[in-house]
Amino acid sequence: MIRVISQTYQYPGSNRISFPDFHFAKGKHGLLLGDSGSGKTTLLHLIGGLLHAQAGRIEVGGVDLASLREYSLDQYRGQHFGFVFQKNHLISALSVEQNLLAAPFFAGLPQEPERVEALLTELGLEGKRKARISELSQGQAQRLVIARALLNRPSVILADEPTSALDDKNCEKVIELLLEASSSHGATLIVATHDQRLKSKIPHYVQL
Amino acid sequence: MNLIILVWSYLKARPLTTVLNVILLAVGISVITVLVLFSNQLQERITSNSKGIDLVVGAKGSPLQVILCNVFHIDFPTGNIRLSDAERIARHRLVKKAIPLALGDSYLGFRIVGTNSDYPEFYKAELAAGNWWSSDMEVTLGAVVAEQLKLSPGAKFLSAHGLTSEGHAHQEHPYVVVSVLKRSNTVLDNLILTNIQSIWLAHDLTESGKAPVNPSTLVSRHEAGDSTREVTSLLIQYRNPLAVIQLPRYINSQSNLQAAAPAFETARLFSILGVGADVFRGFAAVLILMSGLSIFIVLYNSMKERRYDLAIMRAMGVNRVRLFMSVVLEGSMLTTLGSAIGLLLGHAALFAFTMTVKESAASGTQAAVFYPEEVWLFVGSIGLGILCSLLPAIQAYKTDIHTVLAGN
Repeated sequence: MIRVISQTYQYPGSNRISFPDFHFAKGKHGLLLGDSGSGKTTLLHLIGGLLHAQAGRIEVGGVDLASLREYSLDQYRGQHFGFVFQKNHLISALSVEQNLLAAPFFAGLPQEPERVEALLTELGLEGKRKARISELSQGQAQRLVIARALLNRPSVILADEPTSALDDKNCEKVIELLLEASSSHGATLIVATHDQRLKSKIPHYVQL
Repeated sequence: MNLIILVWSYLKARPLTTVLNVILLAVGISVITVLVLFSNQLQERITSNSKGIDLVVGAKGSPLQVILCNVFHIDFPTGNIRLSDAERIARHRLVKKAIPLALGDSYLGFRIVGTNSDYPEFYKAELAAGNWWSSDMEVTLGAVVAEQLKLSPGAKFLSAHGLTSEGHAHQEHPYVVVSVLKRSNTVLDNLILTNIQSIWLAHDLTESGKAPVNPSTLVSRHEAGDSTREVTSLLIQYRNPLAVIQLPRYINSQSNLQAAAPAFETARLFSILGVGADVFRGFAAVLILMSGLSIFIVLYNSMKERRYDLAIMRAMGVNRVRLFMSVVLEGSMLTTLGSAIGLLLGHAALFAFTMTVKESAASGTQAAVFYPEEVWLFVGSIGLGILCSLLPAIQAYKTDIHTVLAGN
């Protein structure tokens, strides 16, 4: 599903970061483990096409990301990836339901209100359809972000430090939810984290 | 979800700033709308009333006053001229047509004008009811007069001396309404027309009763060359362009006559009024400029607040151009709203004005008229919105997803 070959990245005025080559098979969830500064967010962004590769090759679903022009990359990203960022980054001007409806709109896909409703119910947010983002608890916001990431039926879900700020109990709940949701929707979950706790849940990992 | 809902949600998310910006622009646009409506209607009114009148001859005095009094019926007469003098001018070879007017009386604020049938004919007036006045003390009412005073053919009234409603009544000679004019949107709407003898009669100047040997060209059934009887003015049409130079000079050389050209005097009037209009226009321009600046600042700042939103949108598949467009749409939606409300407000203000100020109805000002300038105002406002949102839109266009989301 995801193949990373001889990736290095250099920020202006700092050292070059080198990444090991690896391959994640479809449906096989994996971790990108590393301490802060190890470049795990950089690698996650390279895989997600949020950052242009400077060298090597990144293939997602058999497509070389470097071969896509910016416009096609935007479209590819919107239709094949779901993102879960450390901070929830929901659009606070929109309601809960609108945040979900916006996902296919942004990706240029048809909007399916029934699917939005089904996902809200699945994640226990059915009572919050019309609520404002500011009315959600931390946990509810995180579940909404997961719902948003799943909505466009992505083949890959990229999560950046989804558990770092959580206690053990909540950490376990979130990672269970992510794993369960990804598996049931047929998406490959990739989590970039420094959180060693996750190794027990996702044994397959790449150390950076 | 679509772009309009998205942009509208952002506007709704900061209601106070949105309302402030819309109001700021709306007030500026409404001031300009009122100006456009007012000055256009005034101009139309003035040109339609003075169209075809090349020269007005009255007693010596201010030429502007001669025009205001005898063409627009808003100022007082400069005095009267002798019928014999008026006849001499009317007979001049450069004069194609001369219409006599005798002013001085009124009824409840509406002027009674002694004239002949040439005057309504000149404005192509048509009757709504009754027959034209024929004998003495018979009057034809303008449409507004009939409407406001609720008079119809058969009604009688006493005229008052002077052009205000306070003058003393001419008790002995009541007028009889014989007809009412159709609305013509000219000065005739506000006048009461009769023959010149009626005006004389109201002032106890009776006719001899004998048929005139040599009837006057201006006042039928009256002997020509009478230097004791007077009229207020003559409206003159030139026979040929040569008259433009010769006739005013000829008339002004006569000791007690004053010639005034409506075209020249109204141009002078517009240039005086123009200063006032310019002040308002400047005030409105400042308001519009301020709202433009305010929209720019609000959008520019909100791009900073919204950098995560923008980055998330990009991550979720929105390309740079669509992000740019959404910001431009936000700016132009604000100004579209502002100018639409402004145009509405302008018309509403004028409507309120016509409802509350009686004189405005007399001047024929209407709120439900639209001018092409308003379309330009609307289009211009949308342009302003686009202009103000250009820089914030470029900011959005340049959003670097990785830098924003990686938080460094």
